[in-house]
Amino acid sequence: MNDTQIIKILASIIAQSAPLMLAVTGETITERGGVINLSLDGTMLLSAMTGFVVALQSNLMLEGMGITGNMLPVLLGFAAAALVGILAALLIAWGSIRLRQDQVAIGFVLTLLLADMANFLGQNHTRIPGPSVAYMPIPLLKDIPALGPMFFSHNLAIYFAFLVVGLAWWWTYKTQPGLRLRGVGDRPESAFARGIKVNRLRYIYTAIGGALVGIAGATYSLSIKLGWSDNHILGIGWIALAIVIFGGWHPVRGAFGAILYGATKALATVLQQAFPEVPVVLFNSLQWLLMLGVLLLAGSKGLQRLVDIVPRPLQRPLARSLRVAAPQSLGKVFVEE
Amino acid sequence: MSEQTIRRIWPSVPIVTALLFITLLLVAVGAKPLTAYQAFFDGSFGGTDQTLSTLAFWVPLLLCSTGLLVTFTAGLWNIGVEGQMIAGAIGSSAVSLLVAKPNPSIPGWVILPLSIIVAMLCGALWAALAAVLKTRGGIHEIFSGVALNNLAIIATNYLISGPWQPPEGGTFRGTVPFPEQALFPLLGTSRFSPLSLILALIALILVALALRGTFWGLKLKAQGKNLRSAFLLGVASEREAINAMMVCGALAGLAGSVRVLSWFDSLRQSISGGIGFLAILVVLLASIRPLWTLLIGLLFSALLNGGTFVHSRVQLHSSLSGLIQGTLVLLVLLLSDYTRVFRRKETVTEANTGHE
Repeated sequence: MNDTQIIKILASIIAQSAPLMLAVTGETITERGGVINLSLDGTMLLSAMTGFVVALQSNLMLEGMGITGNMLPVLLGFAAAALVGILAALLIAWGSIRLRQDQVAIGFVLTLLLADMANFLGQNHTRIPGPSVAYMPIPLLKDIPALGPMFFSHNLAIYFAFLVVGLAWWWTYKTQPGLRLRGVGDRPESAFARGIKVNRLRYIYTAIGGALVGIAGATYSLSIKLGWSDNHILGIGWIALAIVIFGGWHPVRGAFGAILYGATKALATVLQQAFPEVPVVLFNSLQWLLMLGVLLLAGSKGLQRLVDIVPRPLQRPLARSLRVAAPQSLGKVFVEE
Repeated sequence: MSEQTIRRIWPSVPIVTALLFITLLLVAVGAKPLTAYQAFFDGSFGGTDQTLSTLAFWVPLLLCSTGLLVTFTAGLWNIGVEGQMIAGAIGSSAVSLLVAKPNPSIPGWVILPLSIIVAMLCGALWAALAAVLKTRGGIHEIFSGVALNNLAIIATNYLISGPWQPPEGGTFRGTVPFPEQALFPLLGTSRFSPLSLILALIALILVALALRGTFWGLKLKAQGKNLRSAFLLGVASEREAINAMMVCGALAGLAGSVRVLSWFDSLRQSISGGIGFLAILVVLLASIRPLWTLLIGLLFSALLNGGTFVHSRVQLHSSLSGLIQGTLVLLVLLLSDYTRVFRRKETVTEANTGHE
């Protein structure tokens, strides 16, 4: 394998991880506010389908009017997908905040329901070619050796994912509203006592998270795994939910987890080609074994064992940098009184 | 309308809303709703064949739901029921292919019980894995369940495309048919086995009685309501969680056995048919009540069976039945308490009683 091939693989890892990063960041924001949106898998399926079909139909319409090569259809597709994500997220927020029903139950039922809905509504649009996000290398930056092809030769959707991760980090940790977001998820009583409208903020951040999850779904169908087929991206939503935990509810660590996942998948593909005699089953099961392993590690006991291995002087800083804690009021209903 | 009238008619509101929503979706994809509903009925109870096939779906659904009654009572989200079912199916297939096939002289009354026991063991062990990952590894059972479900599917695919591949290969994704004596005795030419239904009903009755009248049931309930208090009162919560998961896994394993030994006669790619997930919906809709589990299970297996018929008659995607079931459960969950739906501002006293 030569250098260009390696750079090509690394670039594809970056691209493949982008939608996962978006979903992870979205869910991280939602859970930071204290709401669990367990419907990710179904939401992403439905938004992937919606995004593709809307882009396809609006493209046909524009072509009928004699307009081609326009970005509008794809943008409309993303907007529709974001709307799907927002609606699903708001349904969960409404069900738990207003109606006081179990978030986990609603989220789980919704994930099954939305997956079925995606397959049902998308039944006439399977396996057909359609529009996709246009390739858009960034001038100048793309010519940097190695880094250029890796990071700056993608499309807008991929750049957007990285931008969102940075923004989410800055917002959560460096701004006043971000402090309020964390307060609402950690200590809603104290936040409320300081005059913050806890439940209104929870609605808002659940919706923002949902929008990102929806955009993530459309990024698959319009950029990474083009088009629509039954259960097009089934399972990815669960992976994203696990990465949120692995990332310790931190946007940048979550993005790192997403890239790690993408890298593992790419590595598996490379290894599979290199060792055809090893049963494929091993490579297929890798992502799920990885999910279990990573969650074991994120659990406090697994972490302690890891910390115990390293030399003593390094133990404390390592433990501090690895330790993650869920938002303290995650999944708990808050009654404003 | 008086409050009492609202309270009386309220339970029908989610059902009517669900029907309206589904009708709208059908119109949206250009189908005739009435034709579709008619096809659903014809496909589920329209004749002896259809009814028997609905019953054949009912048995594994009932077994999984019964197991889930135990885990839900203990406050556990056993998403892994799907994988536990597959583990049971693999167990029964192993007995059929590795014991029954080379030894045709072993009679059915020996091989079938053996097959069932192995299936239940496999299911229980697969569930125990999720339970231990929870109690010892700190992984929430939802995540381990999802991972273990997918691993079970991958294991099935490996077996039918590797060690248990039919000698002629071919495009048919499944093992060779199992010998006659390894299968459940079937009713006529249908895929329904009365024996399996009897087993499922016995399981449901036993679980219902155990949850209601035994100390074990009480411990599970205490744990499900408040894990910490139960622990402080002396419930060995880790052990009870593992036990509950294993009981559910054993029943799901039996369900998998019923799938391979009566609905199919071999191990197939999509052996579970989503019945495990459907069982979760059934128990949620029944709010963990055994009698309702029985009835809703029958309704949902009718929908499931009708869905395949709708697919062949009016060319609608077979996910339609899942869509109907999901919408119904979601709306019932959301709208279960009408006072929450209508009241604009909550008073302090109400908020106090409403604490979770």
